[in-house]
Amino acid sequence: MPADPTLDQLRAAADVVRTAGQHDTMAGAPARYVAAPRDTGQAAHLLRAAAALDLAVTFRGGGTKQDWGSPPRRLDLILDTTALTGVVEHAAGDLITVVRAGTRLDELPATLAGAGQQLALDAPLPGGTVGGAVATNTSGPRRMLYGTVRDLLIGVTLVRADGVVAHAGGKVVKNVAGYDLGKLVTGAYGTLGLITECAFRLHPLPATAAYVSRTVDDPAEAGRLAGTVRAAQLVPTALEVDAPAGERATITVLLEGTPAGVTARAAAARRLLGADATDADQPPEGWARYPWRDGDVGLKLTAPLSGVPRLLGDARAAADRHDLPLALRGSAGVGVLHAGLPGASDPQRVAGLVDALRATTAALGGHTVVLTAPAPVRDRIDLWGPVPGLELMRRVKRRFDPDARLAPGRFVGGI
Amino acid sequence: MSTTTTDLDALAATLRAAIGADRVISDRQQLRTYECDGLAQYKVIPALVALPADAEQCAAVVRACVAAGTPFVARGSGTGLSGGALPHADGVLVVTSQMRDILEVAPDDERAVVQPGVINLAITRATSPYGYYYAPDPSSQQICSIGGNVAENSGGAHCLKYGFTTNHVLGVELVTPDGDRVRLGGRAPDAPGYDLLGAFVGSEGTLGIATEVTVRLTRLPESVRTLLAAFETTDQAGAATSAIIAAGVVPAAVEMMDALAIEAAEAAVHCGYPPGAGAVLIVELDGPEPEVAAQFAQVESLCRENRAFEIRIAADDAERALFWKGRKSAFAAVGRISPDYIVQDGVIPRTALPEVLRRIGELSAERGIRVANVFHAGDGNLHPLVLFDAAVDGETVRAEEVSGAILDLCITHGGSITGEHGVGMDKAKYMPRMFTDDDLDTMQLLRCAFDPDGLANPGKVFPTPRLCGEVPGRRKGVHPAQEAGLAEVF
Repeated sequence: MPADPTLDQLRAAADVVRTAGQHDTMAGAPARYVAAPRDTGQAAHLLRAAAALDLAVTFRGGGTKQDWGSPPRRLDLILDTTALTGVVEHAAGDLITVVRAGTRLDELPATLAGAGQQLALDAPLPGGTVGGAVATNTSGPRRMLYGTVRDLLIGVTLVRADGVVAHAGGKVVKNVAGYDLGKLVTGAYGTLGLITECAFRLHPLPATAAYVSRTVDDPAEAGRLAGTVRAAQLVPTALEVDAPAGERATITVLLEGTPAGVTARAAAARRLLGADATDADQPPEGWARYPWRDGDVGLKLTAPLSGVPRLLGDARAAADRHDLPLALRGSAGVGVLHAGLPGASDPQRVAGLVDALRATTAALGGHTVVLTAPAPVRDRIDLWGPVPGLELMRRVKRRFDPDARLAPGRFVGGI
Repeated sequence: MSTTTTDLDALAATLRAAIGADRVISDRQQLRTYECDGLAQYKVIPALVALPADAEQCAAVVRACVAAGTPFVARGSGTGLSGGALPHADGVLVVTSQMRDILEVAPDDERAVVQPGVINLAITRATSPYGYYYAPDPSSQQICSIGGNVAENSGGAHCLKYGFTTNHVLGVELVTPDGDRVRLGGRAPDAPGYDLLGAFVGSEGTLGIATEVTVRLTRLPESVRTLLAAFETTDQAGAATSAIIAAGVVPAAVEMMDALAIEAAEAAVHCGYPPGAGAVLIVELDGPEPEVAAQFAQVESLCRENRAFEIRIAADDAERALFWKGRKSAFAAVGRISPDYIVQDGVIPRTALPEVLRRIGELSAERGIRVANVFHAGDGNLHPLVLFDAAVDGETVRAEEVSGAILDLCITHGGSITGEHGVGMDKAKYMPRMFTDDDLDTMQLLRCAFDPDGLANPGKVFPTPRLCGEVPGRRKGVHPAQEAGLAEVF
C-alpha cells in the first residue's frame, strides 16, 4: 500500500480515519477519507488537522439527505457523526435533554417516553440523526403547535472549521445570554461548523390523539378548509393537506390532549370539515413523510397562511400545464408544503415547473426551494431561488470558514 | 475613539441635513433626558440624539455615523433592565420611538407588521378585535417597544407555554451597522439561507437596528382560568409546581412570590393575597374550554396535595387582574419596603429551586441584606429583588455582592445569568463565568460579520471586544462566479 502522509496525519489527530469507499460521496461528489470521531474532542482534533492540511470537509450523519443541496465544490474528508451518539442527559423534571449529534432521532422516544416526554420534532426521513435534522432544519406536521428546530433547540456545542470548540445557549429553556448560535447553525447544511451536541426543550406526551380527516376534489378547497379550522378554537397540533398526483386531496387535523378534551374537539373538527369527515386514532398513510422517494425531485414551497389555497391550486394547475405528476403534501396550518416529482421526469419540464412555482410563491411572499433532485435536473435549475440577505450570509460564512473548506458550494449562493 | 467638538458639530450638521433639524438633539440639558435606560444605576450622556422618522432616516443616521467613525446605540422606550440602551459618551443615541405605526394587521395570515417604536401592548389592542393577540408579555408591556423586545428577545410571564420574542418574530427589516437596509424572514416561514433573523433577535443592538418587525399573532384562547394558591413555604409551592409539570400540564404561566415579595406587593397595590402566606403561586391555564376544564381541576388538586392552605379561583377578568396585579407590580412595589433595590434576573433548572432558594436565604442572612423573591416558577427564571439602603455605609457594596453571588449560584446549577433582561452593560462582566473565551470569540465572529468596525452598541454583551481585522479573504481564491453557483466544478 503506497504511503499516504495525509491519512497518517489525520490518524495522528484521532485514530478513527479510513480511506473513502465508493459509497462515500456527497451529492455524487467523491471523498478521499472518512473519519468517525467518538467525542467532541476527537472531532476538534480532526478538524484542526484538516485545517492544517487544507482539506475540504463535509459532515454526514445518517446519510439520509446526502442528495440534498448542491455537491460540494471540493471534498477531501467526510466527517461522519454516527459514532457520536447517546443521550448525555435527560432531566425530566426540567423538561430538557442533551444528546450527541449522531444519535438517531427515532431512537429518542425509547429514552424519553418512559418519563412521559418527547422531543416534539417529526423525522420525515427514517434513520436521520439529530445533527442532520438540525443542520437541514427538517420538521414535520407537528411544527404547527411545537415549532421547528429553532424553537426547540436551547443549546449547542460546535466545532469550528479551525478546530475550536464553542458552546452557545445552555440547558435552560429561558436564556438570553449571548448570541443564539444554535439558530445560526440550524439549517446551515454544515457550512459553519460541526454540531456535536444539542440541548432541546421537551414536551409532555399527550394522553390522547385524534386525526380528523376529510377528502375533497380540489386541493385549493382543502386549503380553504384549513383556514376555517385555524380560525376556530381547536388548537390543532397539526393541520395537513395531502394531494397525491391524480387523486383527491385530504385534509387532516391532529388534535392532542386530555381524553375528554380531544373527544369534544374532534367532534367540533368534524362539524367544521363537513358531513363526510372521519376520525381515527392513528395517522393516515404518508403522515410526516415527504411526498417523494429516493432519487425523486423534492421541493419545499412556502406561503403566508392566507396564500395556501392559491398555492395548492396554482401548483396543481402548473403541474398539469407541464404535464408532470406533482404530489403535494404539507402543513397547510403553517404555510409550508412539500412537493415531489418522479426522478425520471424530463429536466426541461421540471425546470419550467420550478419557474412557475417560484413565480407563484414569490407573488405570495414565499419561496420555492428544490431540496433534492437527480443530477440532470439539478444541473438545469437554481436550487434555492432568490435569497434575501445573501450578502450578509456570505460575510458570516467568511468569518466562520475563511478558507471555504466546510461543504463549499453546498448551500445558498454557492456558500 | 475620542470625538472632538468640531467632529461632533460636523456630524450634528450632517444629521440635521439628513433627517431634519428638529430630529437631532445636541443641547446638553435635553441630552441628559436620555442618560440611562430602565437600569438607572448606569448613566452616560450621549454626544447626540437622533430621532429618525422612518427606516430611510434611520439608515441615513447610521451611514453618517459610519462615515464619521462614531459609535451608535439604539434605544426604544428605554425600559430595558440591563443597560443595553445605555448611551455612548462619544456616540449617537438612535431613538426609534418616533417610528410607531402599526403598518398592517393581517388576521388571515396571523401576522402584523409594525414599526419598532410600537408599544408591545398596542399590538394586542389592535389585533384583539379580530380574535388575536401578541403573546410575549414582558411586565413592562404597557410602555416597552417592539424594537427593544426584538433587541433583547424579551420574555414575560406567559413564555413558559408560548415562547419568547424570538418565537414570535417572523421577519425584520434592519439597518445594518454599514447603514444598509436588509430584510430577513418575512410573512412566509423558513426563508432559505442562514437564520440570520434568529441570530439578530436578542443581539442587543450589536448587529443593527430593526426598523420594521413582522410578528406572529396568536389566537385569543377560548378559555382562560387562573388560580392563586397560598402555601406556608416556598418549598411547598415549588413541590406543587413540580407536580404540575410532572403531570404533563403546560400552564400558560406559573408564577411564585415569597413572603417578602408578597409584603411589598400588599404595601403597594393592596392585592389582598391570603394573610400568612410564605409563598403564593399564580397558575394560569388557557386553551380550548374542554382541555382547560380537565386540567384546571388537576392543577387545583395538585396544589392541595402539596399543602396549599388556601386556593382562590378567579371568577372573572377583574379577579384575574387582581391576582396578576400583585405579581406584575412586584418590582416597583419593593420600593415601598426598601429605599433601594437591585432587580436580578437569573435562570436555574427548575428542579434546583428549593436548594437555590435556601442558598439565597443563607447569603441574605450572612450579609444582612434582605432578598425578596419573585419568579417564573415554571421555567426557573428567578427575579430576586436585593434590598438595600444606599445611605447606609457599605450596604450598596454588600447588596451588589449578594446579587452577584446569586448569579454564580445560577451558573453553578447549570443555568443562565439572564433569562429575559439581557446582558447589556450590566452583565458583560459575568459572561466569562458562563462561557469560555472560545465561546465568546465564536459569538463575536458573527458580530465581526455584521459590524467589523464595532460601531453598533460597543461595550455591551461582550466583556472584551474582539478585533475583527480585515475581512478575511480566501486562500483558495474561489472564482466569484463559481461561488455564486453560476459555474460548477463537477
